[in-house]
Formats: sequence, structure tokens, C-alpha cells
Amino acid sequence: MINKTAVEMSEALAKGETTSVALTQAHLDQITSVDSKVKAFLHVDTAGALAQAKAVDAKIAAGEKLSPLAGIPLALKDILAQEGVPTTAGSKILEGWKPPYDSTVVAKLKSAGIVILGKTNMDEFAMGSSTENSSYGPTFNPWDLTRTPGGSSGGSAAAVSSFQAPIAIGSDTGGSIRQPAALTGIVGVRPTYGAVSRYGLIAYSSSLDQAGPFGRTVLDTALLHEVIAGHDAKDATSVNAPVPAVVAAAKSGDVKGMKIGVIKQLQGEGYQKGVQTRFDESLQILAGLGAEIVEVDCPSFEYALAAYYLIAPSECSSNLARFDAMRYGLRMGDGPGASAESVMNATRAAGFGKEVKRRIILGTYALSSGYYDAYYGSAQKIRTLIIQDYAKAFTKADVLVSPTAPTTAYKIGEKVDDPMAMYLGDVATIPVNLAGICGMSLPAGLADEDNLPVGFQIMAPAMQDQRLYQTGAALEAALLSKWGAPLLTKAPALGGVR
Amino acid sequence: MSSLSRDDVAKLAALARIEMTEEELVSLSSQFGMILGAVARVQEMDLTGVVATSHPQPIENITRPDVIVASLTPEQALSGAPAQEDSRFRVPQILGEAE
Repeated sequence: MINKTAVEMSEALAKGETTSVALTQAHLDQITSVDSKVKAFLHVDTAGALAQAKAVDAKIAAGEKLSPLAGIPLALKDILAQEGVPTTAGSKILEGWKPPYDSTVVAKLKSAGIVILGKTNMDEFAMGSSTENSSYGPTFNPWDLTRTPGGSSGGSAAAVSSFQAPIAIGSDTGGSIRQPAALTGIVGVRPTYGAVSRYGLIAYSSSLDQAGPFGRTVLDTALLHEVIAGHDAKDATSVNAPVPAVVAAAKSGDVKGMKIGVIKQLQGEGYQKGVQTRFDESLQILAGLGAEIVEVDCPSFEYALAAYYLIAPSECSSNLARFDAMRYGLRMGDGPGASAESVMNATRAAGFGKEVKRRIILGTYALSSGYYDAYYGSAQKIRTLIIQDYAKAFTKADVLVSPTAPTTAYKIGEKVDDPMAMYLGDVATIPVNLAGICGMSLPAGLADEDNLPVGFQIMAPAMQDQRLYQTGAALEAALLSKWGAPLLTKAPALGGVR
Repeated sequence: MSSLSRDDVAKLAALARIEMTEEELVSLSSQFGMILGAVARVQEMDLTGVVATSHPQPIENITRPDVIVASLTPEQALSGAPAQEDSRFRVPQILGEAE
């Protein structure tokens, strides 16, 4: 049952062929079998998940009309607050913290009857692209356990690709949903900024952060997108507009007459050969389905990475000031003669990891008087140019496309001491975040040279998220018929019952 | 300036309230040369007349009607406190002895 899609699981529930308790137990068993190798979860909430499943089964038995994903198990990135369940954001500074409230995303999952299996591993405070910056150790890529699953939502992506959960939630500040989706051969969507409430999402960079769905198919991902999206009065940046019709778009999957723009700056040099080959092949498939392929020029994208690594650290240096050892989390060095300041200094030294400290210091520098205009100010202006490049490109094309990441999954430890090499992995995903638009990554096949998954990225204007699903569904169907079976059937067996 | 000395890093770490070991200060100082060199690329473009964007959406301040809604109880709010006393957060001394 665990290798089915969420839609198939839902149908089986509706027909009475299985129960949510059985489905949940099957996934808990898979976690027991394979997660000692993958390390996708930081916390498995066995009792809570089974209780949620039992409640859904009772509603089904009572003939209640339920949401399409009711009773389906899900893996939740540890960046979202869930009442009474340990929430750490991958950091020692929050070890053992149990939030006294639910984030809006969690509240929506619960009211849809979705069963939350547990919290998944991530780069500390979502700062990273490989999940190696987690204070609790790395997550391993189910395709090759010596490689990273990407990040920062690497735990969620690895859980879905190793059949520990059919769907998952991640968050994407610079590519943290799309890049791990690409590196593990699944679908991941970063919705339009403001489309999903940030209430209870532990903040990294508030003008860039956005939670979003993972799934093994475009339709499963759309169903989850629809559950978590929508206006929320608790988030002042929440978009007050109807949720785009993503599920209908995922079911239609028609690209005839659609204009697809290839971004000149996001391909070619710097992109692994096998990545570029699978990307070009997918483009031809879309052209064969009746889409018109055009090339678009986005010259300021060349500066996106530099702008991002000023804006995100600047915002993080401010956001993470809240971890001051006073109201929750770790407190070090308290005692007679200790001052608030000495306790803060000691706590933040012990509680934050290397990359978090690096970004806080970089942000503190970029915002300091004398350097503010040259660094943060210039980065904000580059951001305007990137928005303008997109606006111009979207007059020529309905969606824009690129490879999701320049390479396939790299080895654990390969880039951990070379921050700039690690940052380069985000080169194709970051522009979406800076502009606040939406993006999807879906599997385009395996690279010939290493047999590892390649992601195809689709981008659409703000609040036009349905275009991602429309295009993604068309490509997915064509690739599936070409392959004869889903890409994940080619992944190595890790044990377990699959 | 596209590098930071060990003392520059120490000053920033003090501002950011993070105690750092000598080894951390030296290592960060050497990494910053490369990182600042890369991010300084934002200064290469002619940005004259370009307006800065702080946020991807046009946002304005939002207020809600001034009515009492459900919120955390004191017990819930204090549930994660490292130390508490008389239903309040207990914090280390904020002002010096003489102040």
C-alpha cells in the first residue's frame, strides 16, 4: 500500500479496502525499517498519528463527507510549530521545546484529517542546501546513501522518496523545497509568497520564506497545496485572494498553445551534462505536446545569488535575535553574577551551529552603518531588477523553465567546508524567492553519468500557481508513458516492505 | 572593503551576542574574504535610479477590530520558559549592581 499515490490511498479508504489506522501503521513500519539508514525524521509521533488516524476512521464509518486527503499520512518539516510535539528547526537552541500552539499550516492539516507522522530533519533554521547543517546529523539520499538529499527540507524529501510518507510539507526560502525534490526524484512546489500562512513557521528570512507541499505525483502535490493555502488573518503578509485552482489544473494537464520560456541565464555553462540533457529532452516533450518554446533573457539573474546571500542573512540576523534564552529554549551560563547579556552570549554560542553563526555575522555586517547602502541597499535594488526581468519575461511566456539545480545530488561532506560552492547549488531557484513568485520541481529522469534524479523547474507569476500544475501534469504524463513506470521504481530498495 | 579582520569579526559577534572562540574568529575571518568578494558583485551593476524592494508584495499595515480573542494562557506562555517564578519569566540580572 505504501508505494501507492495519495489519491490511490484515498480511493482505497473510500471503498473500505483499508483504514487510516492500517495505512498509518504501514508507514510507521516503513519508518522503523528504513529510517535508521535515511534519517529523515527527528521525531516520530506514533501515538499522536495513530490517534488522528483512529478519529478519521470513526468519521468515515459514520459516513461523514471528508476532504480528499483525510486519513492520509504526512511528514512535517520541523520548522512548523505543532502543539505539544517537539519542534526544533534542526537547532540545539530549541531542543526539547514543545510549542503551546499549532501553526496555521498544522491547523489546516489537522482539520483536513491528514495524519501527521512526525517532524523531519532540516538544515538548522533552514539555512543550507544539503541538510548537513542540522544539529542532529545529516539526512541521507535514498537513491545513494553516501549523498545528500538536498536541503533545507531534505528530511521531508527523503521521507517521501523512501516511501515513509506519501506527502510532506517543506519550506522554501531560496529553493529549499524545489532543490531537495529535484535531488530525490519527487515533486515539490514553492507556492506564491503569501499564499500559505507563515504563522507558526519559524522565521529565517521573512520576505522570502514560504511553506509548500511535496508529493510523488503532481496531483498529490496539488491536493496538499489546496489544503494548506488560503488567507490567514494571523499573518499580515498573507494574500487575501482565492486559492488558484491547482487541483483542476493538475487534472487537466493540457499545454497546447501554451508559451514556455527558457531562461537563457539558467542553463548551459555550470550545469552538469546529464542535467542539461534531461532538461532539453523535457522541453522537446512539451513542444511535442503543442507548447511553443521561446527563449527569454533575464540579465539581472546573474546577480541573484549575491543579492540573496545579503538579503537572507540580513533578515536572519534580525529574526534570530528572538533566541535570547529568556522565554523559551536553551539557557546557558545562568547563576549568581550572570547578566542577561552574558547568558545570551553563552546560550547563542552553544545553541547555534556554524552556518547559522556565519549568516548572522554576515547579516550583522551587511546591515551595519557605513556598509548598509553598499551591501543590503544594493541587494534590494537588484531584487527590483529581478522582478522587472520576470515581468518582462512573462509578457512573452505563460511559464518559465530551467533545470532546478545545476547538478545531481552530491556526496555528504563534499561542500560542507566550502560555503560558496554550497550556495551555488541555489543559483536557479533563488530568483523565484526574490520575486515572490511560485515554482515547481518535478522529476525529469536520471542523469546518464551517475543515474541520479534530475529536476525540471517551472515558474509562474504570483498567484498563477495553477500554471505550474497544468504544465507539470502534462510533462509528468508524457514522461511516465515514456518510462513505463514512475521514476522512483528505479531507486534502490532500502529494505522495508516495498 | 572585501575582507574582515579577526577583530572585525569579534566586534560583529559582540553585536550579535554570540560568544566566539579564537578559532571561530580566525576561521570566519578567513571565510569572509571569499564570501564578501562574491556578494560584493551586487555593486557591479549600475543601480542609479533603481528603487529598492524590501518585500515582494505591496503591503500595508493591517489592523483588526479591538476585540478580545482567545490567546495563550499564562501556563501555556510559560510552558517553555528556562526559568519562571510567580507566573513570570525569571531572567538574569539586566542592570549592573550600581545602576
